[in-house]
Amino acid sequence: MIVDIKDLRKTYKGGFEALKGVTLGIKEGEILALLGPNGAGKTTLISTICGITNPSSGSVTVGGHDVVKDYRPARSMIGLVPQEINLEPFNKVIDVVSYSRGLFGKKANPAKIEEILKQLSLWDKKDARVMELSGGMKRRVLIAKALSHEPRVLFLDEPTAGVDVELRKDMWDVVAELKEQGVTIILTTHYIEEAEAIADRVGVINGGELLLVEEKAALMQRLGQKTLQVDLQTPVETVPESLASYDLEVAEDGHALRYHYDTSGESTGITRLLGDISAAGLQLKDLQTDQSSLEDIFVGLVKEGAA
Amino acid sequence: MNFTAVWAIYYSEMVRFFRTIAQSFISPVISTSLYFVVFGAAIGSRIDQVEGVSYGAFIVPGLIMLSVMTQALSNASFGIYFPKFIGTVYELLSAPISFFEIVLGFVGAAATKALFIGVVILVTASLFVDVPVTHPWAMVLFLVLTCVSFSLFGFIIGVWAGNFEQLQLIPLLVVTPLVFLGGSFYSISMLPPIWQKITLFNPVVYLISGFRWSFFGTADVPVGLSLLAIFGFTSLCMVIIWWIFKTGWRIRA
Repeated sequence: MIVDIKDLRKTYKGGFEALKGVTLGIKEGEILALLGPNGAGKTTLISTICGITNPSSGSVTVGGHDVVKDYRPARSMIGLVPQEINLEPFNKVIDVVSYSRGLFGKKANPAKIEEILKQLSLWDKKDARVMELSGGMKRRVLIAKALSHEPRVLFLDEPTAGVDVELRKDMWDVVAELKEQGVTIILTTHYIEEAEAIADRVGVINGGELLLVEEKAALMQRLGQKTLQVDLQTPVETVPESLASYDLEVAEDGHALRYHYDTSGESTGITRLLGDISAAGLQLKDLQTDQSSLEDIFVGLVKEGAA
Repeated sequence: MNFTAVWAIYYSEMVRFFRTIAQSFISPVISTSLYFVVFGAAIGSRIDQVEGVSYGAFIVPGLIMLSVMTQALSNASFGIYFPKFIGTVYELLSAPISFFEIVLGFVGAAATKALFIGVVILVTASLFVDVPVTHPWAMVLFLVLTCVSFSLFGFIIGVWAGNFEQLQLIPLLVVTPLVFLGGSFYSISMLPPIWQKITLFNPVVYLISGFRWSFFGTADVPVGLSLLAIFGFTSLCMVIIWWIFKTGWRIRA
């Protein structure tokens, strides 16, 4: 485990508990996406690992170094791309990026800086002042700063919030390239597609608790669940015998039947079901489908947690 | 010790200074010249001598102190407040550097700028009047310590300030009056007896008096006391900064 988080808690001065005992191990070289709604504790978690906030209790090690007691070697390994675009507006791009490298105690290396700026398509903007750049470009500068000191672990806090589709794709390419170089990447997002596109594992965080960490494939399967509701002309009391094999549910006081299916499966069974429904002599009034959203999963997970 | 990081901060702060070098250079030159026109020529011509020194020369140490103190204060407070304001402070906090190194970078740069301006004023002043420097080493010591201590003080203000108004508050409401009333332009022996006593509670009196002593060999208060005051003030600022960083006050949640 390159990052090892044990029972991490953070209570802010006003008494707000932003992290309620998070335990998480992050493997070297993986891309972990932390999904969660706003205010879930994603940024607090990252800030605590990176040294911006002090933990109330619990521990974090990065590369085996405690982030509080042994902060120098720990932080040397970490690159952080914050959520907000925080940049010195009057400085040149290349100075801003070189500054970060110096701040992390690394000897100046113009060739490395050039390589990073080129990788992020910033090289032709190197002498531009930060304030002259577009929002997307500024975000790239933030990434360049984080990469300038060659971190082993990179935290990306909502890297694609408010970013256009093209840049988002670019960002994903950069992340994939970094992964190839062996960099461990932790990103937070509230876009499922983002986690789906680039993550190896997905953690779901809400209310300061890590609700689950799963391989992406397993989680996506859960997210692939859909429900088909068949509204009937005349209500039924029970599921007709001939439809017993479908695991249907009677809903709306017998006015509807519900069928759960998986879009990621080879066949959904809908065609056959509808055929069998009419064969059973039931008249259809309407059809509606409903996909379980991330929110549903949260609700489900929170309920599970409470039970 | 992460010297590369200290240098990175120092260098980046100095770049800001050199980007506006014209302003940094011209404004003290102009203000010094104005003080000379007003206090030296217009009013000073009616004042003979103060403690055996021509009034024009007498005000030079005070003028230098006035600018050095306000410059150190505003440079250092702005230096650390600005990253807080625009959010780039996250990088300082997540970098593998100690608070001591952060202070060294910011305060070192602010003190350097103040020192530069002090020297510019001294040079400008010597174009107007003959300024003897009786104790050059003591002069350098007082000047450097004032640059450092007021930069430390400015750093504290910058950490404390929650907005730009607060950033200006202490320099404007506390430091400027103390400096003006600290004998920049007069000897405290010129005050009525009661004020001579009261003014001794003003810490700036000791700094200006000591600094003036290094020029003319005369002082309002004993030089030892001046040295004690400047070392005391520097230490006090250091203790406060040490406490700020130990607790993360206004910096680290």
